Amino acid sequence: MTTDLDQLRTDLLGSIEAATALDAIEAVRVSTLGKQGSVTGLLKTLGGMSPEERQQTGPRIHALREAVSEALGARKASLEAEALNAKLASETLDMTLPVDGVPAGSVHPVSQVMDELAEIFADLGFAVATGPEIEDDWHNFSALNIPETHPARAMHDTFYLAGDHATPMVLRTHTSPVQIRAMKAAGGNKPVRIIAPGRTYRSDSDATHTPMFHQVEGLVIDKGITLGHLKWTLETFLKAFFERDDIVLRLRPSYFPFTEPSAEVDIGFTVINGKRVIGGDPTKGEGGWMEVLGSGMVHSKVIEAGGFDPNEWQGFAFGCGIDRLAMLKYGMDDLRAFFDGDLRWLKHYGFSALDVPTLSGGVGA
Amino acid sequence: MKFTLSWLHEHLDTEASLDAILEALTRVGLEVEGVENPGEKLNGFRVAKVLTAEPHPQADKLQVLTVDTGAEVLQVVCGAPNARAGLVGVLGTPGAVVPANGMQLKVAAVRGVESNGMMCSTRELELGEDHEGIIELPADAPVGTAFSEYAGLNDPVIDVSITPNRQDCMGVRGIARDLAAAGLGTLKPLDVTPVAGEGAGPDVRTDDAEGCPAFFGQSVSGVTNGEAPEWMRNRLTAIGQKPISALVDITNYVMIDLGRPLHVYDRAKLSGGLVARKAKDGEEVLALNGKTYALTSTMTVIADDAAVHDIGGIMGGEHSGCSETTTDVLIECAYFDPEHIARTGQKLLLTSDARTRFERGVDPAFLEDGLAIATRLVTQICGGKASGITRSGAAPTDRRIIGYDPNLAETLGGLAVPVSRQEEILESLGFTVEPLDNNGDPCDLDAVDALRVTVPSWRGDVEGAPDLVEEVIRIEGIDNVPSTPLPRVPGVARPTATAEQKLERKVRRTAAARGLHEAVTWSFISESEAAPFGGGAWTLANPISEDMKVMRPSLLPGLLAAAERNLKRGASSVRLFELGRRYLADKERLTLGIVLAGSRSPRGWQAGKAQGFDAFDAKAEALALLEAAGAPVANLQVMGEAGDVYHPGQSATLRLGPKNVVAAFGKVHPSVLKAFDLDGDVVALELYLDALPARKASGFMRVPYTPPALQAVTRDFAFLVGNDVAAGDLVRAVKGADKALIVDARLFDVFTGQGVPEGQKSLAIEVTLQPGEKSFTDADLKALADKVVAAAAKQGATLRG
Repeated sequence: MTTDLDQLRTDLLGSIEAATALDAIEAVRVSTLGKQGSVTGLLKTLGGMSPEERQQTGPRIHALREAVSEALGARKASLEAEALNAKLASETLDMTLPVDGVPAGSVHPVSQVMDELAEIFADLGFAVATGPEIEDDWHNFSALNIPETHPARAMHDTFYLAGDHATPMVLRTHTSPVQIRAMKAAGGNKPVRIIAPGRTYRSDSDATHTPMFHQVEGLVIDKGITLGHLKWTLETFLKAFFERDDIVLRLRPSYFPFTEPSAEVDIGFTVINGKRVIGGDPTKGEGGWMEVLGSGMVHSKVIEAGGFDPNEWQGFAFGCGIDRLAMLKYGMDDLRAFFDGDLRWLKHYGFSALDVPTLSGGVGA
Repeated sequence: MKFTLSWLHEHLDTEASLDAILEALTRVGLEVEGVENPGEKLNGFRVAKVLTAEPHPQADKLQVLTVDTGAEVLQVVCGAPNARAGLVGVLGTPGAVVPANGMQLKVAAVRGVESNGMMCSTRELELGEDHEGIIELPADAPVGTAFSEYAGLNDPVIDVSITPNRQDCMGVRGIARDLAAAGLGTLKPLDVTPVAGEGAGPDVRTDDAEGCPAFFGQSVSGVTNGEAPEWMRNRLTAIGQKPISALVDITNYVMIDLGRPLHVYDRAKLSGGLVARKAKDGEEVLALNGKTYALTSTMTVIADDAAVHDIGGIMGGEHSGCSETTTDVLIECAYFDPEHIARTGQKLLLTSDARTRFERGVDPAFLEDGLAIATRLVTQICGGKASGITRSGAAPTDRRIIGYDPNLAETLGGLAVPVSRQEEILESLGFTVEPLDNNGDPCDLDAVDALRVTVPSWRGDVEGAPDLVEEVIRIEGIDNVPSTPLPRVPGVARPTATAEQKLERKVRRTAAARGLHEAVTWSFISESEAAPFGGGAWTLANPISEDMKVMRPSLLPGLLAAAERNLKRGASSVRLFELGRRYLADKERLTLGIVLAGSRSPRGWQAGKAQGFDAFDAKAEALALLEAAGAPVANLQVMGEAGDVYHPGQSATLRLGPKNVVAAFGKVHPSVLKAFDLDGDVVALELYLDALPARKASGFMRVPYTPPALQAVTRDFAFLVGNDVAAGDLVRAVKGADKALIVDARLFDVFTGQGVPEGQKSLAIEVTLQPGEKSFTDADLKALADKVVAAAAKQGATLRG
């Protein structure tokens, strides 16, 4: 009996091992553990045995049943795994094939820089103000202390609008008329801190001038404001904008009809590896100055035109080209390309939708 | 404004270096635009003497010279016919660069004979046109001296930008005065001794006290109008003024030297006296620039009995100008009103150096002196005898007095400057400063240390105390103004953006996130581009070109033109947007425009052929961006009348209420595409952002919400409707069949063909039902289905069997 069981065990495990398909495994299972199976038959013989015999042979038969059952399970799992692997292998795809991306869009550098300006100046307490681009002569000139015969008008290369209007209408030559509108809106009795970015127009067109361009105006009206505040504000703004602490400014006395005293502001650049880099002191080593801003203390006549009492209120104003700021910061060299809508240029110089300027992340992108 | 360093030294006694002068000019507000030393290009050219001249052994036209350079004797081959022993000329030595052709001289053999330099002609040194022979200098010219030194060409030319307020600095003397004030030396006195004339002054007068308040004149008879002296010609040439004749050059010189425009008439060409008067309508004058100007009665002219001879203060007439035959002259020194000059100049579109100065306001107290200097120069240079002086009228010489609180330097200018220093600065600029006794002084001021400042006659730009602050600050040094932090509100900066600004930002970044590129296109377009969009409400009177003539009534023309350019450049897919204003008759309106052209998706190994854009792509963008803008998208109605710009059957408007159009979208009409030179399928849309209702500020708290415990169930319905029924109407009706339980209705199939009767279509809609407290029973679902079918029936739909 012992020998028979051992032989049977060897035979059965051998045939399980030899099975190469799931149905062969199933056949072995039926022929061994099925109702009529050989191992099932052996188990049935236990009932006719004497207690001593049963005690001796029983465990061995049970062990045989266990071993066969285990071997069947293991072989089945192994065959299933092989089958799955074979199926997966047949499903192989070329993972080097390209995928279609979602088309990426972009934000124009002018918009991006306007957002940067809004963010920086918000921290200094400035709101963003707007005004019409088709402006009346009074707001664009007269209220800004530029009477009709003023020589400064000739410097403005003004576009006039055709037709009969109650007052001559122009395309605003600068964002300065928003000064007047912002002061009027403040009602002459509370401080004003605004920036006014937007489109401006001059009938001028060459390599560095386009008939339409963007400016940002800044205006502070309050009590006790001095040229020192103007200087600090411009320094603070430009340091934040270029994200450099070594920004050096040079103020040059100048003239604008709407400010007195007036100053033009140059920003220092240094030359690093043959390239102009904003920042550093140009009086030390290679470098120079670039004009970036016009500014000054608001003229008393302008304060008056804005509905404030110039004996009580004073302030400063500045104006700056946004396109130029963008060029200085991000390195474009052709202003005309700003207005062409060339996708190649937009993809290269534009900004991701998620590049929202923040103070914590730095306004630049 | 250009001048030379030596010219500046005529007025400024200074030891300062050129660099120090340049630095000071910019510092006080006279921005240096450039500096150039014409002598520098003559480095290596020396005065040299020809000792011997022998024929060249190999060439008939050449000579072999020995030339004394002062240091050595060199052999030089020369082809000039006038080269001869004893001639003193200009030798270019090896290493020197010939200005006319940029050639660097070197030792070389010329036809086998060594030449160690070149004897130069006037033209080779760019000093004139003469190329007949080499330069012949006087025999006593110092051999060995650098030629630029000898010729007085070693004189840097400085170009400064003068702001319109500083007429006084449109003369070299004014610049010298500013530099003296800035501590760079002292202003030399000006000799204004009048020329004692004989006899009566010329017959001149002003009949136009407004336009020409003062007309002074002096005659000089018996003049010879030859060349101006060399020093004068050199200075004028150096700053780019071509010398013409002594008389003309003298007027130019005085204008640039002292900022005082003058005019000199040839008396032989005048009939009768000269009168400053208003022109008569229809009068004409041929001006010195060769153009004829039609005059009007608002313009001041100088005329004799016969004709107009001068557009007063702007340009002289051709007819009475001086020539080489002129013997008797009349010198005009007049004062023209700045506003009149400006108006006349603007009307005639005529600019001149005289106009530039008069319209900025020349020194009204400098007529007498200006005339004295001019007459002296004429008599000294051209000879002749001066007449007496005629003075008609008077210039407005009342000097402005300003009550000045010197504390303003600090409270406005941000720089504390001691009162004594302020007085010193102002006085050095020509102001008179006195203490202000508060006793009925017209410029009474309630301030300690207040000053009574009298403005010099040449500083018409200084009107009030802030101007004085500017004078003090710019001379003291604007760089010394300390930066002062702007007071800030305590705590974290407050938000400042308006609702409109936030809307703009959101829409812009959503569009970019959706794959659209933001363009910035011109606000002005051509009339033909505007025409399909109803034309522009605003037309420029002076456009820069026909392409930029009308203010855009829509953002689409600019974007279509940009799309066309991109496709021409080979772009396969164009997705552009612009966020900007449309310029309508009533208002500038914030608008978002989008143009989609080319292919929506390229051909690919997965998708197959490239896909074009269709009107639904435009609709998708419109809805997504309106949602980003915070519009109540669920309430939008899709209606017609998108306009002629679009395909009539593939376009629509989106409205909030029947009259409020918030967007128009669709396929662009083929005729518009043709006008923009586009083909293929192009779709576009505009969102009228200013038509969106303002969002109510509701705070940060959201409406309370708990996700329902029970799962939603879906049921599909297929309806047959007439072809003319809008799917949107049916979906809306189905969704509205039970407002509480139906949470969504989504159309998922449109079918015509087999099984669907002719003239009808099958629309399949998936309805989502959300149970509340307890699950739907079969009876509930049946009731809901009946409601849906009933609602659909009202739209003419029947449940498909």
